[in-house]
Amino acid sequence: MEVIQLLFDGFAVAFQPVNLALIIIGCAVGLFIGAMPGLGSVNGVAILLPVTFLVPPTGAIIFLAAIYYGAMYGGAISSIMLGIPGASTAVATTFDGRPLALQGKADKALIAAATASFVGGTISVILFTLFAPPLAEFALVFGAPEIFALMLLAFATFVGLGGDDIPKTLFSIFIGLVFGAVGLDIISGQPRLIFGDVIGFMHGINFLVLAIGIYGICEMLWTIESNKGDAMISQATMSFRSLVDSVRSLISSWKSMIMGSFLGFFVGILPAAGATPGSLMAYGTAKQLSKSPDTFGKGNIDGVVAPEAANNAASTGAMLPMLTLGIPGSPTTAILLGGIVIWGLEPGPMLFIDQQEFVWALIASLYAANFVSLLLNIALIPGFIWILKLPFTILAPIIFILCIVGGFVPTLDMHDVWLMLIFGVVGYLMRKLDYPLAPAVLAIVLGPLAEPALRQSLLMSGGEISIFFTRPIASVIMIIAIVLLLLPLYPVIKRRLRG
Amino acid sequence: MRRAELVMAVVMGVFSLYLMWKSAELPIGWAEGEGPGGGFWPFWLSAGMLVCCIWIGIRWAIRASPPSRSEEPFMDRRAVKLFALNAGALTVTIGLFHVIGAYGAIPLFLIFYLRFLGRHSWTLTGLFAVLTPVVTFLFFEVALLKSLPKGYTEPLFEPIYAIVF
Repeated sequence: MEVIQLLFDGFAVAFQPVNLALIIIGCAVGLFIGAMPGLGSVNGVAILLPVTFLVPPTGAIIFLAAIYYGAMYGGAISSIMLGIPGASTAVATTFDGRPLALQGKADKALIAAATASFVGGTISVILFTLFAPPLAEFALVFGAPEIFALMLLAFATFVGLGGDDIPKTLFSIFIGLVFGAVGLDIISGQPRLIFGDVIGFMHGINFLVLAIGIYGICEMLWTIESNKGDAMISQATMSFRSLVDSVRSLISSWKSMIMGSFLGFFVGILPAAGATPGSLMAYGTAKQLSKSPDTFGKGNIDGVVAPEAANNAASTGAMLPMLTLGIPGSPTTAILLGGIVIWGLEPGPMLFIDQQEFVWALIASLYAANFVSLLLNIALIPGFIWILKLPFTILAPIIFILCIVGGFVPTLDMHDVWLMLIFGVVGYLMRKLDYPLAPAVLAIVLGPLAEPALRQSLLMSGGEISIFFTRPIASVIMIIAIVLLLLPLYPVIKRRLRG
Repeated sequence: MRRAELVMAVVMGVFSLYLMWKSAELPIGWAEGEGPGGGFWPFWLSAGMLVCCIWIGIRWAIRASPPSRSEEPFMDRRAVKLFALNAGALTVTIGLFHVIGAYGAIPLFLIFYLRFLGRHSWTLTGLFAVLTPVVTFLFFEVALLKSLPKGYTEPLFEPIYAIVF
């Protein structure tokens, strides 16, 4: 009951006119930044952190948390509308969101994304409210072996993404992981795979360069060839009736929404994991659990719902270790943590005792930010649909320019823009030969998390792989991962035995 | 299509060998006190790429994959023309970023695409060619403080910076 009382006190603070205005402005700014290719919540929070010095710490954290939430909603917009993931957290949304937009169902995809984000956000805030301290302690049990096992599980869940051509899917995963290894070796600090000492490779290959190349340039070249260059991208329409119908049709996706929410939240609270692995795992799990896995990647609404619920849930989950232990679960929460320290507060277990008003106002504002983001998103859908109905010869150059600028902005290096073009052109040629490209994007995101975890684990065990099977949590995750990896072989073996 | 499948597998196989060679510039075995060497992870992943290319080659030989069975051309003449026009225009535009900067290259690309490829009116073309760089400047440079490349046009922006900042 004490929790309920504290939460109501938090609402009283969050609904003060100034704080409510900060929530609305924060959500709108976050939504816009999240929808821009190349910019995500981390950019929005980092850029606007100095602005928060003008308001008290409670107002400041409410504003930044609203930007964080808004950006999570916004990431889905560019994924669905343009096929370009605005941030790594929205990569999985592209797989089915984009095909739905091309089929003229952009409104359905956008409503599904907004609703799933709302459900994911709400469930995760409830979990946050009820179980914050014990969950934070559980997350600390995760060491390098557990993190690597979790990464392997993430790969296992999407190994089936590429359809039946297993060697091409595996090739795509391996090449993505190798690209993720380009740059400085994390342990020795030596340059690695810098291809003839090209300085641009020293900072590694940003995942957005590959993602924009594949989902922006490659997708556009593919669309131009398929549609003879003169077609509309989408024939979507929007009315109140279609909105209600879309929401109603989402009832059948409730399982994916709930699964994504819980999975995203628990992956989100793990240090060094965050929303990206959470959304990818949710997508893979939704596909594995689906009765029609073949429709994934071709416009299955569950493929939008599961990752969107997961990435919003994970964004809340990532705040948990930040507040309770002072450990950020994602790059954005790292900046939020910096803000908390600058405002003169000390993150950690004592925060919940010493700064109750601050913590509970933040939690209450997450409920409000969730609701405001949903309303803003749905209100803006007709505008997004209008953009999609522009002639292709207007939309295509705008998307190409967004790709170029989006490829440049993360690192401010033209080297990355050239690299993006190369990835786009080679990706287009590979796509024509049925190479699945999604696993490469997923691998470049997860590779930099998986490698240090593997190397640290082997260092801990003196090179013994058995470390992954002797620790209880790691061994359970590893066994699930191995079973999932072998699952695609089951129908083949069954067919052979019958044959 | 069949020939393209083989060519891609061979090219990617060679690329895998190159990656293995480059990875081996760092230790790929066990380094005392450091655990697996810096080349360990990319070397074995590249080896995995090579194995996949050989596997794809075997499937090509026994005609197991759809492209290896296909008799269609990899790209017909129309596809080649569209690909060359779009990829070529993008290459030139990105090249122009170095010379005349983003705010010179973006209008030129829009004029080429909207007027000459899309056959839209000069009014619409002009509107997009002017508004797009203005909005880009306001959003990225003014609001987000992210400076886009300006090439030799950098001095032209100094009066604007003096007004805006």
